[in-house]
Amino acid sequence: MSLTAATRSESTKLFTTAMWWILGVVLLAYIGMTAAGLGFVFAASATGALPGGPGEARVPTEGIAEVLYSIAASIGYVFPLLIGTLMVTSEFRHQTLTPTFLATPRRGVVLGAKVFVGIGIGILYAIVALVGSVGPAAGFLSGFGVQTELASSDTWAMFGRIVIAFALWVLIGIGVGSLVRNQVAAVVVVLAFTQFLEPIARVAAAFVENLDEVTQYLPGAASDALVGQSIYTSMGQASGAQQLDWWAGGLVLLGYSVVLIVLGHLTSWRRDVS
Amino acid sequence: MPEGQVLEFAGLSKRFGPVIAVDALTARVEPGVVTGFLGPNGAGKTTTLRMLLGLVRPSDGHVTIGGKPYARLERPSQTVGAVLEASSFHPGRTAANHLKVYAQAAGLPSSRVDEALATVGLADVAGRKIGGYSLGMRQRLGLAGALLGDPGVLVLDEPANGLDPEGITWMRGLLRELARQGRTVLVSSHLLAEVQQTVDRLLIISQGRLVFQGGLDELADPSEFATVVDSPDRTALAAALDAAGIRHEMLRGGLTVRGADPVLIGEAAARAGVVLSLLQRRGPALEEIFFDLVNGLRVHASASSAHADDTAGVVAEGGELGADEPDTAAVDEHAVTVEAGDQTDAAAGDDAGSDDHEAAEAAAVSAGVESAERGTPGAAFAVAATGVIDIVPPADTAPPHERDADDGDDAPADGATEEVAGEPDSLPAAEPDRLPADEPREARTEADVAADEFFRSFDRSAGETASEDGADTAPESDTAPESGSDPDSVHAESAAVGDTAASTDERDGGDVR
Repeated sequence: MSLTAATRSESTKLFTTAMWWILGVVLLAYIGMTAAGLGFVFAASATGALPGGPGEARVPTEGIAEVLYSIAASIGYVFPLLIGTLMVTSEFRHQTLTPTFLATPRRGVVLGAKVFVGIGIGILYAIVALVGSVGPAAGFLSGFGVQTELASSDTWAMFGRIVIAFALWVLIGIGVGSLVRNQVAAVVVVLAFTQFLEPIARVAAAFVENLDEVTQYLPGAASDALVGQSIYTSMGQASGAQQLDWWAGGLVLLGYSVVLIVLGHLTSWRRDVS
Repeated sequence: MPEGQVLEFAGLSKRFGPVIAVDALTARVEPGVVTGFLGPNGAGKTTTLRMLLGLVRPSDGHVTIGGKPYARLERPSQTVGAVLEASSFHPGRTAANHLKVYAQAAGLPSSRVDEALATVGLADVAGRKIGGYSLGMRQRLGLAGALLGDPGVLVLDEPANGLDPEGITWMRGLLRELARQGRTVLVSSHLLAEVQQTVDRLLIISQGRLVFQGGLDELADPSEFATVVDSPDRTALAAALDAAGIRHEMLRGGLTVRGADPVLIGEAAARAGVVLSLLQRRGPALEEIFFDLVNGLRVHASASSAHADDTAGVVAEGGELGADEPDTAAVDEHAVTVEAGDQTDAAAGDDAGSDDHEAAEAAAVSAGVESAERGTPGAAFAVAATGVIDIVPPADTAPPHERDADDGDDAPADGATEEVAGEPDSLPAAEPDRLPADEPREARTEADVAADEFFRSFDRSAGETASEDGADTAPESDTAPESGSDPDSVHAESAAVGDTAASTDERDGGDVR
């Protein structure tokens, strides 16, 4: 009945189905393979092991470690977003909202418990994603004799910001899930926005003047700003696109999650359960 | 032991857009008894229960549990346990984990999970994923969830759906036991037969409105019941009843006594040393009263929205019988004509006084249909449905022996039962004038069909039992084969009457004992 009890219940709910570890395994494999591939290319290219293109353009060794490590967030952020969405929509889909609200009639408490558990799974996923990105990337970097930067406090500060970003992405997912009750629709919305709409908008911002003023507030851009490094922004910066400060990016991301969750709570979460 | 709480519905209404799902429902559910919550599919039962549990917000009115709305209960799971549907599970979770989730939410120790699973008989499969569970197992799991907090109030929505006969028997026993412990038990169903053996009190709703509230025994008027008693020595039995001042009539199937307690009759016979071969209470099938209430053909005073006077149990069917009157002379007990006349008057008076045009119209329409159908094979069924009243003749009619003689070769109801035992309840369903009553059955789920099949099997066995009785008791049982071979529709009618009566007896038998 209390928030503590509801949080325990929610965490049991999350960890007693297969979804969390399936998404976790896919996250690890996806990030791991991407980091390995890019790690090999970057490291080999930077050291000249791979022949450069025309003009002998080389990837600079400076900073490639952080860009590679940040793949965890810049590519992996869709996973915490998905698990957050599924945490809520599966209740609608399997009609478990009925027993949930019977056990905890104060619906806000249930949503609050989901937020706490969401932060937890966000941290867990961040660790999984970092293992997936840092492991292979650091391996290739050290193999090619490039600095791994793992001793640098800046690198670890970025890891910390990645953890925060993941937690916020789960909360955004919870907000989306409570607004879009249909599980399939919610997943489609999440994937279409993160994999299609926002990337196109950000690419367009690189070419259209002043569009970056707007696109920097998109959640993916804000997330990259919070993390401070991104495989996308490292290309974007070359074209001079604007980016928020890391703390501002974090606040924008937090704003998205708060607005979505409050909206979801006020609208669909309070509706009749039948 | 947890205490049962009073459930109080006060002017509870729910509108979904233009549709009024529940309309000013006012009712009270007491602890210590099993209360049946009946109504056809779509009558608003589930919506009402969901409002009770705070899942659906009422448009108007309120509902409380022990004086508090559900959301204000301090320990909801320990106060109310609910089983709403058999599909509220994540298929990928095991049963034990499912219960663990809700035990934790309610702050209950995990030992309660094992106890609840053991109570419902799922301890062996607790580690299996719910996706692999049968409907019956899911129902049991739902019940386990309701019992987790050992609540004083249990609310069950159609709990028998998907349960096998063994499971239904088990469920009935469990509910009775829980009520006996002083808990409040509210069980919804769209089949009266399903809950008839379990419930003590009834709430019946139709189209969102309460049409009956009260005990199962208040559903039918006592005067609609009669006791059939028979002895190898009927003269002695008649004398014994006369001596005891019990008015009776001699019918082919035995002596019929109206309104008297079977115990008194048995006593009278015992005092006179008369051997009894049959002592049976008969009355209208509660299922039919239920259908009439639901369709507005019958209005009960207990309904808050009732516009009828206090003539409880006035039968609109009387109107139908009145229409039959001239033709029913050929039917076994022609006393029915007198009775039908009485009831027509009563029903007409009631309808006129109540402004219940709908009821009156419905009765008139069905009567018209019936008259039109007269002489066709359909007419046989028409009498079959009303046959339950046929066997309840009033005391103030022509001398019994005369009727006995008039009856001629009509097959005694009991003797002919065998002929139709194979086709129970389906007969009334085919009858034209009962179409309104069958309406709610149209939206049938698989579970409905399964449940019907199950209850039908009881009727079937009831018919067989009754037919055995008939062979033992009715001296003229040799007429039965004759009626079977005779294509005359009158015999078909009698046979059908016998069947209806037999199945009715079985259903009512539980109450008498």
